Amino acid sequence: MIDLLQLAAFNAAYAQAIDSDSLEQWPGFFTEDCHYRITHVENEAQGLPAGIVWADSRDMLSDRIAALREANIYERQRYRHLLGMPLVEAADEGTARARTPFVVVRTMHTGESDVFATGEYHDRFVRRDGRLLLAERVAVCDSTVTDTLLALPL
Amino acid sequence: MQEQAIHWKSAANTRIPYRLYVDEATSALEQERIFRGNTWNYLCLEAELPDAGSYRATYAGSTPVVVVRDADGEIYSFENRCAHRGALIVLDKAGRADDFQCVYHAWSYNRQGDLTGVAFENGVKGQGGMPETFCKQEHGPRKLRVATFCGLVFGSFSEDVPDIEEYLGEEICARIERVLHKPVEVIGRFTQKLPNNWKLYVENVKDSYHASLLHMFFTTFELNRLSQRGGVIVDDTGGHHVSYSMIDPAAKDDSYRNQALRSDNERYRLKDPSLLAGFREYDDGITLQILSVFPGFVLQQIQNCLAVRQVLPKGIAATELNWTYIGYADDTPEQRKVRLKQLNLVGPAGFISMEDGAVGGFVQRGIAGATDMDAIVEMGGDHAGSSEGRATETSVRGFWKAYRQHMGQQAADA
Repeated sequence: MIDLLQLAAFNAAYAQAIDSDSLEQWPGFFTEDCHYRITHVENEAQGLPAGIVWADSRDMLSDRIAALREANIYERQRYRHLLGMPLVEAADEGTARARTPFVVVRTMHTGESDVFATGEYHDRFVRRDGRLLLAERVAVCDSTVTDTLLALPL
Repeated sequence: MQEQAIHWKSAANTRIPYRLYVDEATSALEQERIFRGNTWNYLCLEAELPDAGSYRATYAGSTPVVVVRDADGEIYSFENRCAHRGALIVLDKAGRADDFQCVYHAWSYNRQGDLTGVAFENGVKGQGGMPETFCKQEHGPRKLRVATFCGLVFGSFSEDVPDIEEYLGEEICARIERVLHKPVEVIGRFTQKLPNNWKLYVENVKDSYHASLLHMFFTTFELNRLSQRGGVIVDDTGGHHVSYSMIDPAAKDDSYRNQALRSDNERYRLKDPSLLAGFREYDDGITLQILSVFPGFVLQQIQNCLAVRQVLPKGIAATELNWTYIGYADDTPEQRKVRLKQLNLVGPAGFISMEDGAVGGFVQRGIAGATDMDAIVEMGGDHAGSSEGRATETSVRGFWKAYRQHMGQQAADA
């Protein structure tokens, strides 16, 4: 049985990977054929499928990190994820569905920190070879507006 | 208001005074002479107003407006401002309504923006009420002229602005028709808050010179190189433009490597190349077309990734960029999936447009303290006409040509 504590520990490790700039670890939290999307409440309510980020494979997530490291230009910045308690909607031995609220504070190279995003992860977890992985994570942001650009994953 | 503050050094548009991006008086004049002047402002898509009563609240420049379809099938637009005390009439971004009522004192309006009801117009129990001389027909929010072209809805406060097809011109019309040749469907909406003056974003859109220099993704994956076949079209007014190109493996020549540019990186390859696996959907072979309409509309086709963008000024150093991602109504599920994947190229996290959200801010911050100086816009000479090559800033100069015309800052100022 996948339980609350396992999901909370998973999320803590996930947030730590991004916030400590260990971005290469980030795709490893997902299954190979995962779906990852960043959207906002209005698109979600209207059933509009597009995302700020839209991926249907772990390799696409790896490509995004490679692009951030090698191709894209953005000012140095880091995140601090504050994750709430997962709301477990369903769980059994091998799968779980949960929703977890997040707040992401962004600190720019100038030293300023601002609330960059708040919202809720809509997640589908699976257990593969004893490890929990995300088969699906949709980051549904509360705000419909993104400040300047979104570089690091949520 | 001190219009003289802006000093253009010559009649040509090769030197752009930085003051234009920071000046309060200029910003106010732009609202009057451009956004409420002889221009057409993009408001929304016809697809977003499917039924009688469908409305959207949007902006013409900084002026809030409502755009709505009435029972006669026509689209109307009026200022989102109650005739009584000036409060917003419509608060939601979109919805359906039989009529509209201001929440403040319940004055009501029909879908065409006519004032139809004044609460307690005749007073209460014989006391109070509006004077008998008050005539509802004489009051109401300002109405916009509305024009539609290929499913795009434009509004204008001007009685003198030419009809939309004349305003756009033949070449721009043809290039819009090329993309919007059949019904579209909205597949997502995103907004970016940009830390810069609106003109810096519009210039960036028109600047075909920067694209493959700033955006490494473009260059490495052969989406857009200056050596590809393509060109830039600038209309006679200068205000509208089209930049287009065709993916062509033969264009991968040495012109980039010879300059040792950061953007040419042979080692960079996608692990999941399905991101770029598109399908051919236009007969002319054009794989990239960026089109702008003065003052703040962009229509984009990057491979199969289609979107419209609305550029709205929000004060001097803030801009709202509204992306509306579209597909065709008759897309197959596979085609729709291709668009969803390719949308990773654009928007706030776009592999090729992430940087566009930031460069305007770099300029806005960079020019502080240099507001008596000018930008150099001289790539490709000093003309503002169409060009086969894209290592040119011709359409940026075109923007300024149109801008100066509307603002009354032509050569006389020089």
